[in-house]
Amino acid sequence: MTIQVPPVGFVSAGTLEEAARLVSDPDDRAVLIAGGTDLVPKLKRHQAAPITLVSLANIEAMHGIAITDDGACVIGALTTLSEIASSPDVPTMLASAAATVASPQIRNSATIGGNLCVDTRCNYIDMPLTWRQARGHCLKDGGDTCWVAPASDRCWAISSTDLAPVVIALNASVRLVSSRGERVVTADSLYRSDGINYLTKTSDEILVDVTIPATTARTSFQKLRRRGSIDFALLSVACAVDVDSEGRCDTARIVVGGIASAPVSATDAEEFLVGKQLTPEVIDEASEIASKPVRAQDNTDTGQRYRKWMISVHVAKALTEAATERV
Amino acid sequence: MHAVGTAGPRIDGMEQTMGRTKYTDDMTLPGMLIGRLARSTQAHARIISIDTSAAEALDGVKAVLVGTDLPITYGILPVSQDETALAVGKVRHVGEPIAAVAAIDAETAERAVDLIKATYEPLDTVASIDGALLEDRDLIHGEGKGLNVHRTAALEFGDVDEGLASADHIREDVFYFAGNTHAALELHAALATAEPGGRVTLWSSTQVPHYVHRTLAKVLEMPAGQIRVVAAPVGGGFGGKTDPFSHEIVAAKLAMVTGRPVKFTLTREEVFYAHRGRHPVLMWVKTGFDTEGRITACHFKTFLEGGAFGSYGAASLYYTGALQTSTYQIPNYRFEGVRVFTNKPPCGPKRGHGTPQPRFALECQLDKAAEDLGIDPVAIRLINAVEPNSMTVNHLRITSCALSECIERVAEASGFKEKFENLPAGKGVGIAVGAYMCGAGLPIYFNEMPQSEVQIKVDRGGGVTVFSMATDIGQGSTTMLATVVAEVLGLEPSDIAMVTADTDLTPVDLGSYSSRVTFMGGNAALEAGTAVKDRVFAAVADKLGAPIESLVAQNGRIEDAEEPDTGVSWAEAVALAIASGGPLIESGSYRAPKLAGPYKGAGVGISPAYSYSAAVVEVDCDPDTGIVTVDKVWLAHDIGQSINPLLVEGQIEGGVYMGLGEALFEADDFRGALHRGPSLLDYKMPTSLDMPPVEAILIDSDDPEGPFGAKEVGQGPLLPVIPAVANAIWNALGIRMDQTPFTPDKIVAALRDVARGKPGRFGPKEVPAFEFPPLIMVEPPEGFPTGRIHIEVGVS
Amino acid sequence: MTESILRLTVNGALHTVVTSSHRTLLEVLRKDLDMTGTKHGCDLGECGACTVLVDSKPMLSCITLASQVEGREITTIEGLSDGPFPDELQTAFSELGAAQCGYCTPGMILSSRSLLDTNPDPTTDDINEALAGNLCRCTGYVAIISAVHLAATRTLGRAE
Repeated sequence: MTIQVPPVGFVSAGTLEEAARLVSDPDDRAVLIAGGTDLVPKLKRHQAAPITLVSLANIEAMHGIAITDDGACVIGALTTLSEIASSPDVPTMLASAAATVASPQIRNSATIGGNLCVDTRCNYIDMPLTWRQARGHCLKDGGDTCWVAPASDRCWAISSTDLAPVVIALNASVRLVSSRGERVVTADSLYRSDGINYLTKTSDEILVDVTIPATTARTSFQKLRRRGSIDFALLSVACAVDVDSEGRCDTARIVVGGIASAPVSATDAEEFLVGKQLTPEVIDEASEIASKPVRAQDNTDTGQRYRKWMISVHVAKALTEAATERV
Repeated sequence: MHAVGTAGPRIDGMEQTMGRTKYTDDMTLPGMLIGRLARSTQAHARIISIDTSAAEALDGVKAVLVGTDLPITYGILPVSQDETALAVGKVRHVGEPIAAVAAIDAETAERAVDLIKATYEPLDTVASIDGALLEDRDLIHGEGKGLNVHRTAALEFGDVDEGLASADHIREDVFYFAGNTHAALELHAALATAEPGGRVTLWSSTQVPHYVHRTLAKVLEMPAGQIRVVAAPVGGGFGGKTDPFSHEIVAAKLAMVTGRPVKFTLTREEVFYAHRGRHPVLMWVKTGFDTEGRITACHFKTFLEGGAFGSYGAASLYYTGALQTSTYQIPNYRFEGVRVFTNKPPCGPKRGHGTPQPRFALECQLDKAAEDLGIDPVAIRLINAVEPNSMTVNHLRITSCALSECIERVAEASGFKEKFENLPAGKGVGIAVGAYMCGAGLPIYFNEMPQSEVQIKVDRGGGVTVFSMATDIGQGSTTMLATVVAEVLGLEPSDIAMVTADTDLTPVDLGSYSSRVTFMGGNAALEAGTAVKDRVFAAVADKLGAPIESLVAQNGRIEDAEEPDTGVSWAEAVALAIASGGPLIESGSYRAPKLAGPYKGAGVGISPAYSYSAAVVEVDCDPDTGIVTVDKVWLAHDIGQSINPLLVEGQIEGGVYMGLGEALFEADDFRGALHRGPSLLDYKMPTSLDMPPVEAILIDSDDPEGPFGAKEVGQGPLLPVIPAVANAIWNALGIRMDQTPFTPDKIVAALRDVARGKPGRFGPKEVPAFEFPPLIMVEPPEGFPTGRIHIEVGVS
Repeated sequence: MTESILRLTVNGALHTVVTSSHRTLLEVLRKDLDMTGTKHGCDLGECGACTVLVDSKPMLSCITLASQVEGREITTIEGLSDGPFPDELQTAFSELGAAQCGYCTPGMILSSRSLLDTNPDPTTDDINEALAGNLCRCTGYVAIISAVHLAATRTLGRAE
C-alpha cells in the first residue's frame, strides 16, 4: 500500500440508463470503471483525476456471450478476458488473443470493453509521478511536448489493446450508448491515430457490446513480447483470410496492434493478397508490404528498429498459420 | 549424520505458507506514524533551497527533516563515508532523498511530500563511463571539474608480457555487462520507536543488522548500547538490503523527534533508486594460450559505472579482478580497473558481487579460444582447471575444489559433447564455470573480533535456544544453524528454538552477504553446540560411569555407543549438566584464518574456502524473432557437504533463475541519467513461463574447514549461467553475444549483420583510453602454483 | 472524500468496514481487517504478491477497489487453512522448499488453489500458465511447481 489511490467517489450503476446518466455531463468528471485494471494504476500514478467512478459491474445486461440467429457472436462489454479465453462460442482467434493479455489475475478482472478502450501507452507517461516530475510532463500528461517526437504537435502513445486488431480483422462492430441515444460503429472506426484522443467514442458513451459477424475466414493471432506473461504486446497481428475452393485468397484482413496510436490495417497487403494462392513467396511479399507504411517509435521496450523488422516477421507468421488453419 | 545432509523443510516453513510471517511492513505499533521521503527530481544539482513550510503546516504532519538535520556522513565501507541520510548541499541522482516527513497516515505523508519545494542550480550530468572520464565535467564528489573517477586498481602477478610472448595464440576481446538490480519482492521497509528513556529500536528489512546498528550509532550520535536493530524476516535480499539506507536512519530520527513509532515502506520506484545493484562493467580481456589451450597469461581491464555513491564500490572494483584465478591456472595475471561516479542510483553488491561480469567475459573468451584452437569447450576448461590445495598467482588459497568433477558431471548429464556437435540450427548448448567465496575473509571494518558468534542456552526441560545475529533472507540460514546444532546434540532441527538477527538479544554475526553464513555462522554454531555437548556428556559419563568417548547423542538421547540401552534422555542429560555445572549456556565463534596476500587490495577475494559450479545451458533460438528459449539448465555445484540438500537445491534453482534473468531479460536501462522504467512491468523479471527445468547435481568435496565440510551455495551457481547462455547462443546461431542481456533485438541485429557478410557479434568494440596508475608488481606466492597450503583444522 | 460502509465477505465472515470509497482491497485487508498475509510488491498490478481469490478466482487486490468486490466471496491466505489445519498446498509448499523468502508465497498459493479447484490434476504447463502472474524472485519456480504437483497428487489420492 505504498501508493494510494487519490480520493475519488464510487457509484455502482444498477442499469445502463443510470450509468449513461451519471457520465452524461463532462463537468461531473465521472469516469466509467469495469475491471479497473487499467484505470486503478493510472489513478495511483496521478494520470487521471476523476471526481467519481461509475462502476458498470452490476449491469447484468452487459455481461455474457450470445450467438444470434445469423450466427453472429455478441459479447457483452463486461465479459472478462478469462471468460472469453475459455468460451467455446467466441471466434478462436479472439479466445486465443484474450488468453495472452497481461496475467491470469488481470484477465479475471479485465473485460473486453475495457480492453478495447484501454488507454494508449508510452514509457514517458506510464511512469510514477516522481519520474514524470524529473523528466517533465509530456503532452499526454498536461505538458507541452511529446517527448517521443518533440517536433511533432501530437501524442505518439501506443494503442496497446490486443483484442482490437482481432475484432477489426473479424469486421466486428461495437454498440455505443449514451443518454443521447445509441449508435453502432465498426470496430475499425472506434480508433483514431492520436495518443490522447485515441477513441472516437465520446466520454459520455458506454461501449455496451461487441458484435462479431459469422465468418468462414481462416485466422491467426500473433503477439510479440519479451516475457511469456504480464507484458503488453510489443506488436500484435491479427489476420483473417477467406480462401476459395481453389485455394485463392478472396478477402484478407491484416491488422497490426501495439505499434502506432491506433491499430493499423495493412490495406496494401490485404489488396495484394486478393486472388493469390497463399504460397510462402506470396506471404513473404505481403508481409513486406504490410510493414512498409508503419513507423515504430522509441517509446516501449526494445528498439524501434527491431519492432519495425518484426512486423513482417509476425505478419508472415500469422498468414502462414492462417493458411494452414483447419476450418 | 542424522540431521546434516537430510533434505527437510525450513523450520519456519509452515509459518510462511500460512501467511503468518510478519515482515517489517506487516507490523503496526500504537500511535504509529507513516514516513515518506521527498526525492530529487534532478540528476546533478546544487540545492539552492528546500522549502518545507507548507508541508509542516499541513494538518496531520508531525515532523519534517532535511539534510542538515542529519549531517553526519556514512557509508558501508570505512573508505567511502560519502552518503548523508538526506541530501546536503547537492543532489547526485534522480531519486536521492532530500527531505522526510512523518504524518498520521500515508495520504497525509504523500501530500506533505508534494508540498516540499526544492530549487536547484543544475550541474553537468554525467551519465556514462565515457562521460565520467571527461575532464571538463562537474565533479560528482568534490568541488570543481575533472575526471569522475572513484577508485582505480592496477596489479600484476608474475610477468604478463613474458607470458603473452610465449603464447601460441592470443585473443583480445571487449565485453559489456549491463547493470541490473535485485528486485527482491518485498519492498524495503523500516519501523522505529524511541522510548522515553532514549533507547531507539529499529526493525528493518535488512541483511546486515550489525552494520545498520553501527551506522545508526554514528549518524544519530548515540551510544550503540542505546540502539537496538532487529532484522525482521526479509522478503528477499540478494545484496539489495546490505547497505545502511536513508529510510532506516530517518525512521529512527523521526521516531526520536516525534516520540511516536514511524514506519517507512518504499515504493517500487524508490527501491530502484535506492538500488545498490549490479555494476555495469565494460571489460577488455587479452589472454594468451598455448596450442593445447593452456592459459599462459591474462590481462584484464574493467571499467565500472558506480552511480552516485561509493557504497561497496571500492570492493566491487577489486572483485572484478580477484576471482578469475580461482577457477583457472593463470600463471601471469594483470588486472587494471577503474570505478567511475555517474549521476545514477548507486551500484553495489548483487548476488556474485563484482564477479559475474568478469566471469561472463572470461568464459566467453575461453569459448572463442577453444573454437580458434579446435579444442572442445569442455576440454579447454578441464586443462586449465584449478586443482585442490593450490595457491593462485594472486595469493588465493584454494583448499577443497571439485571444479573438474563439476565440469565432467555436468557435461555428462547434459550430453554436452553429443549435442554440441549435432544439434540442428537454432538449437545449441553452452558450458561455463564459476567459483565463489564462502564468506569474505575480512570484515568490512578492520577488527580482530570474530566474524560470527553463536550462543546456545538450554532450558531445564531440555529446550535448546540458539542465539545468532545471522539474518535469514530466504536462503534458510536459520534452518541451517538449527540443523548444525541439532546434529551435534542428537536432536531434530525442529526441536531447536531460534532467536536471530537482533542486536539486543543475539551475539554478532556480520550479516548475510558474501555467502558467509553457512561457513562462518555454521562453524560458530558447531563450536557452541560442541561446547554444550561436552558439558552434557561429562555429566552423563559421570552418572553412567561410562567413558565420555563412548557416548553419542542420537534420537534425543545420550547413549553409550557400545551399549545403546545404557543412556539417558536429552532432558535428563541437560538436568544433570545444569546440576553439576550451573546454567547450560555456551557460545562459539568463528574468525577466518589470515589469508591476505602481500599487496594492497589483497583483502578482496580471499576466503577460507571456495565453492565451484559448472553449468550447461541448452537453448532453442528463433532466428526470425531473436527470442531465445532455454530448454534446460544442468548445474553441478561443489557444495562441500550439504547441510540441507533441499535448501541447497533451492539456492541452485534460484541462482540459475537469476542468472537467466540477467542473461536474457533484465537490465537497468537509462535515458540519460533517468531510469527507463523503474517498475516490475518495465524491469523484466522472468515469469514461470520463461523458466526452464533445472537439474542440480550436488558434489561433496568435504571442505577441511567448513562446518561438517560444507561450503556456500547462495551466490556461486549464478556465475556460470550467464556465459553458458551466451556460449549456447553461439552454438545455436553462430553469433557471439558479448553484451548482456541477450535480448531479441540484439540477436536479430547480429543475425542481420551475418546476412550482410559482417561478423555475427553484438557488443562493444573498444574501451576508453584511460591511463591506469602504475602497476603494483606482486611476486606470486612461494612455490607457486602448488605452494605451501596451510589449513587450520578446527575453528578459532 | 466519501466515507462509506462496505460489507465485505472475507474468508467466509461478513465484515462491515467504514472506509473511503477509493481504498483498494489490499488496504482494507491489511489495515482495516489486519490481515497482513496478503503482501504487496509493486502496488500497480505487476507482480502478483497481492493476489487474493474473489469468487474463487485469483485477482490483484492492489488494483481492485474494495468497493468493486462488495457482495463477493473473498479468500485470503489466512482463510485457506481451516484453523490450525493447513491447506494441502500450504503443507506441500513448506515440505518442498517452495517458499524461500516467503514473500510471494501467499499469492502463489492462492493462484495454485484456484488452479487445483478447476483442474485437480494439472500438467506442468498448466501450472506454469496458472502462476504466470505471480513473480517469485527466489525459487526459479522449480520447487513451486513440484509443490503444486504434490498437493494435487495428495488431494487426488485422498479422493480416490
